[in-house]
Amino acid sequence: MIDIKKEIERDRRAFIKKVLGGSIAGSLLLVLPAGAVDIAEQIPGMREEKAVFTAKRFAFVVDITACIGCGSCCVADKAEYNVPDGHYRTWVERYIIDDHDNVFVDCPDGGLHGYIRAREGLPHPTRDTFFVPKLCNMCEKPSCVQVCPVGATYQTKDGFVLVDKTRCVGCSYCIQACPYSVRFISPATHTAEKCTWCYHRVRKGLLPACVEVCPVHARKFGDLNDKNSEVYKILHEPHVISVLKPDMGNKPALHYVGLRREVV
Amino acid sequence: MSGAMQHGDTILALTNYVFPNDVYVHWSLMIVLYPYITGIVAGAFIVSSLYHVFGIRELQPISRFSLVFALAFLCCATWPLLLHLGHPERALNMFLTPNPTSAMAGFGYIYSAYLILLVHEILFIYRPTMVGLWMNSTGIPRKLYAFLSFYNDNLSDEAMKLDHKIINFLAGLGIPMACILHGYVGFIFGGIKANPLWATPLMPVIFLLSACVSGISGIIFSYILIRKVTGKPIDVTCIRTSLKFLWGFFILDFVFEMLEVFSHFYMSTHHWHVLESLLWGPLYTTYWLLQVKIFSLIPFFLLGAVCLIKFKDRVVLFVAPIVSLMILIQVLLMRWNVVIGGQLMSNSTRGQVSFVPEWLGREGILAAVVVMAAPVVILFLLGKIFPFWMSEEPKDS
Repeated sequence: MIDIKKEIERDRRAFIKKVLGGSIAGSLLLVLPAGAVDIAEQIPGMREEKAVFTAKRFAFVVDITACIGCGSCCVADKAEYNVPDGHYRTWVERYIIDDHDNVFVDCPDGGLHGYIRAREGLPHPTRDTFFVPKLCNMCEKPSCVQVCPVGATYQTKDGFVLVDKTRCVGCSYCIQACPYSVRFISPATHTAEKCTWCYHRVRKGLLPACVEVCPVHARKFGDLNDKNSEVYKILHEPHVISVLKPDMGNKPALHYVGLRREVV
Repeated sequence: MSGAMQHGDTILALTNYVFPNDVYVHWSLMIVLYPYITGIVAGAFIVSSLYHVFGIRELQPISRFSLVFALAFLCCATWPLLLHLGHPERALNMFLTPNPTSAMAGFGYIYSAYLILLVHEILFIYRPTMVGLWMNSTGIPRKLYAFLSFYNDNLSDEAMKLDHKIINFLAGLGIPMACILHGYVGFIFGGIKANPLWATPLMPVIFLLSACVSGISGIIFSYILIRKVTGKPIDVTCIRTSLKFLWGFFILDFVFEMLEVFSHFYMSTHHWHVLESLLWGPLYTTYWLLQVKIFSLIPFFLLGAVCLIKFKDRVVLFVAPIVSLMILIQVLLMRWNVVIGGQLMSNSTRGQVSFVPEWLGREGILAAVVVMAAPVVILFLLGKIFPFWMSEEPKDS
């Protein structure tokens, strides 16, 4: 009888110990910073102690010969930023050229659901079709920064164009000034919003969300001052490369491989 | 911000591609009214300067009224902007922490400088009147008139000469400032290279000329209306002279507006192909039919007839309010076509959206009516303090 009592007593102790241990471990997991979960550095050199972010010159390259219009980038972007419906930080356009040289472009829901069905109702047989992902051009001479009356839209020393929503007055002047229509007024904050090339991720050595999820590697990102980076190599090799609306003089840091003359 | 159309619309999708963020018209009714109001202010000031600086004596009856008229509208110039801003509580930041490269950031400074100048010019011009009212009133009005006379009842020849010098200086300074105020508003649009309708160096010029036109029309219309309603005689010589100036400015305004379109048509660059689809697309009715054919050509010929043919006074007095009201509408249509029209083209250059203003809401039609009615109420109140017409001045004791 006494033995049985001892046994129960021991089990109870063990039980309480286990509950306590579990609680402590669980709490620790909650309070430990997410950084403790080790994600390998995706942009070389960003986490070095001596890394100077202002010495970087980032570029984005979109290979439209590779894009399959799956919409993964749009999904990742929407998830990363909780982008309100009907507004777009990034989108994927579908271009169709028929054998009469007519150009048809569409982009239902910003390409968020992917182009799983062929476009119907076109008058002539299709000659060619391709997809063009769009996002902030991170211009070297950004019109939005030029016109913002309060400096809420600004350019960082490493070339990113960002919006400080605590300063934005919501005048929409930047939206009028952007030749690429990448900006919108957030219905939640009443301030201007746009793609940031995932600045918060890049500063931690991670690739922009859309680049990371692209299954065909159509979106590429890197430092042009790093001669080993893929973007450096692409921009210094004899590819067909262009930027959007070069006549605007904004000098975009977003480059397109295989850009077609039909693309605006 | 108003929704224009649902993106992905099946009909538009086939031939028309609009960038997904371009389906919204961000600058709506309030930004139509903003240049309209500042234009009326600048134009009304020019009328006053024609008398005070350029010595057009026939305009003397409306020279003081036009300044008070300008002030009434200037008081409300910021209202549409505040109604438009997503964060109006941060509006003063444009003034306190301006971005020097932004055209919009200059507004606070230009507006304040102009307001200070206009108020001072009114006070100096009205000083003899204010002193007279100060001497002949009691209680609170007496204190108010004393304040408005700078607590100085010296009306000696020497003092009046000094006043006159100051008035001339302020009126002279006011002309370039009125031009800057409105030319600058034109530049807010003209400096936007992304928009083919706006990006033209002619934009500040067209805005300035249309400002003069709307100001003169506003003065003619309200002068005749107020005099009729209050049963006072109308100075027909003054009206005839004003109509001549109106015609002159309107010729320049209308010709520049048409030259701008014609130049683009003649050069026929890609720029024009985008504009063509807009002007003959969603803007056809408000631009070609209303702005050009009805509210420009008809007043243009009416004004020409009134200025060139010696009509009887009652004919002039019949035509003048009609023609000035039509030109006021023309300028409002011009503002609409520039501000709204410019946003109906997508940056994709492949499609347009349509826009119907909402009735309620901060930027709705109702708010626009209130904003446009406010200067009239303010003008009425200002008229209680500053007598519009010389004949109403009390005899100086």
